[in-house]
Amino acid sequence: MSEVTVRVSHVSKRFGDVHAVRDVSFEVSAGECFGLLGPNGAGKSTTLKMLTTLLRSDEGEIEIAGRALAKEPTRIRECIGYVPQMLSVDGNLTGYENLLIFAKLYGLRRREREERIIEILEMTGLEEAADRLVKTYSGGMIRKLEIGQAILHHPKVLFLDEPTVGLDPVARKGVWEHIERLQHEQNMTILLTTHYMEEAESLCTRIAIMSRGQIAALGTAAELREQMGNPDATMDDVFTHYAGKFDNQEGGMKSVFRSRRTAKRLG
Amino acid sequence: MSSGVAEPQNAWAKGRSRVWLYFSHVFTILEMEVWKLRKDPSELIMRGIQPALWLLVFGQAFSRFRVLPSGNVSYKAFLTPGILAQSVTFISIFYGISIIWERDMGLLQKVATTPIRKSALALGKMLSASVRSLGQAIIIILLALILGIHMNFGVGAVAGVLLMVILGGAFFSGLSMVIAAIVRTRERMMGIGQLITMPLFFSSNALYPMSVMPVWLKVIATINPMSYLVDGLRGLLIATPDAHFGLDVLVLVAAGLVVLGLNTVLYPRILSG
Repeated sequence: MSEVTVRVSHVSKRFGDVHAVRDVSFEVSAGECFGLLGPNGAGKSTTLKMLTTLLRSDEGEIEIAGRALAKEPTRIRECIGYVPQMLSVDGNLTGYENLLIFAKLYGLRRREREERIIEILEMTGLEEAADRLVKTYSGGMIRKLEIGQAILHHPKVLFLDEPTVGLDPVARKGVWEHIERLQHEQNMTILLTTHYMEEAESLCTRIAIMSRGQIAALGTAAELREQMGNPDATMDDVFTHYAGKFDNQEGGMKSVFRSRRTAKRLG
Repeated sequence: MSSGVAEPQNAWAKGRSRVWLYFSHVFTILEMEVWKLRKDPSELIMRGIQPALWLLVFGQAFSRFRVLPSGNVSYKAFLTPGILAQSVTFISIFYGISIIWERDMGLLQKVATTPIRKSALALGKMLSASVRSLGQAIIIILLALILGIHMNFGVGAVAGVLLMVILGGAFFSGLSMVIAAIVRTRERMMGIGQLITMPLFFSSNALYPMSVMPVWLKVIATINPMSYLVDGLRGLLIATPDAHFGLDVLVLVAAGLVVLGLNTVLYPRILSG
C-alpha cells in the first residue's frame, strides 16, 4: 500500500437548503491522479474548495499529507497547489511576473525562485512568451501557466478544477500531455475534476463519479464498467448510468454561466 | 531538476521568521499593483483630470467671491488640500470593485490558497490603493505649482502630505473592501460608491472651513474621516493655525486598523461569490 496523501471522510456542505455535498469519503494515494467526475452542479467544485481551504466543511474530516485541514489550514496551504476553474492569472502582467508573484507568496527564496521559474517555463514551453503580457496568450498557454504557478513550491497535492474547460481540442491535448508529464516525471499527486469522460479515463488512475453531492461510484475505469455489469460499455454509458443514479438535475443558471464565461475567457 | 514530492525539505519550510514573511507577502501584493500601474499609467493620468477641473474652474470662480473665510491665504490655496483629499477618497472608495473583479476571475481564490495570511492580503490591497492615491497627490501638487498657488512645498511638508495620502488611501480603500465583502457584486458596489462619495465630500471641510458650518453639519464633519485627511493636508500645505496633525494621523491609523480587522474577518465572504 502506498501512502495516503488526501483523506476525505464523511464530508458534507450545505448552502441554505441546498445540500451541495453529502457524506463524501475517499482517499487519494501518493502519486495517484484521482478524478472527480460529474455533471454541472454535482458538487465537484464545492468538494475541491473544501479541500483547498477556501470553504469550510459543515461535517466530516479532511486530512492532507497527514495534517488535519480544520486544525492547520495555513500548513495545508503550504503544501497544496490549486488551479481554479476560472482565470487565475493577471492578464496585465507578463508570464514571468505571474510566476514571480506566486513564488514570493509561497515564500521561495530569491535563488530558488529564479531556478524554479526557469524550470517551470521550460516544462511548460513558455520560455519565449515569458516576457509577453498574459493577455496575449492562447487558452492553452494560459492553462499551462496557471498550472505552473500552482506547482512552484513542489506541492504534495495539485488540485485542478476543470482543467480543460473551454479549450479547443488541440489545446486540450496539450494540457493533457502536460498533466501526464507532471504525474509520470514528477510523481505528482493530482486531484482533478472534470465532466469529460474521456479526460477522466485517459488521465486518472481512479475515478469517483459524483451526482447530487454524493459519490455514486468509485474505482478504475475498468472497475466502473464491471460494477455496471457491462464490460463493453463506453465511458459515456458509464457516466450516464451513474450520474443519473440520484436523479440528477442539470447544474443551475449559475454554474452554466460560470463555465461559459470561463470558456469565453480562455477561448 | 528537482524531484517534486520526493524532495524532503520544501523551500518554504526553512526557518524564516513569520513576521518577515508576513510583510514580504504584503509587499508582494503591493508589488503586483505597482508593476501593473507602471505598464499602463493611463488610468492614473485620466483620473488627474477631475481634480484639475476643480482647481481650474471651481477654484478660479470661487476665489473671486471672497465669501469664504479662508484665512490669510487665497481660496485656491485653501481648496487644494480639499481637492487632494477628495481625489484620494474617490479613487479609493471604488477600489472594492477591483477586488470583486479579481474574485470573479479566480485570481483571488488562487491567492487565498497560498500561505498568505488574510490580514496580509487585505493590508497589501489597501496599500495598493494608496499607491494609486500617491499618483493623484503628485499630479495635484504639480498642478498647484504650475498654477502658482502659494503653498508650503518644503520637503517636510511634502513628506507629511504623502504620509497622509497613504493613510487616507488605505482607510478608504479598506472601507470599500468591507462594502465589497458585504454587497458582493460589482453593480451594487458601484451604486453604493456613488451614493456615499458626495455626502462624504460635502459633509467634510474640503470645500469650506468647519467654522461656517451649521451645528448639525459640524457634528457630521467631526465623525467624517475625510475631515481629518483634509485637516492634516491643510495644516501641512497652508499652515492653518488650528490644524491637529497628530490627531489626524491617529484617527486615520485607528480607522485604518478597524477596517483592516473587518476585512480579515469578512474575507471568506468575498471569496464565495
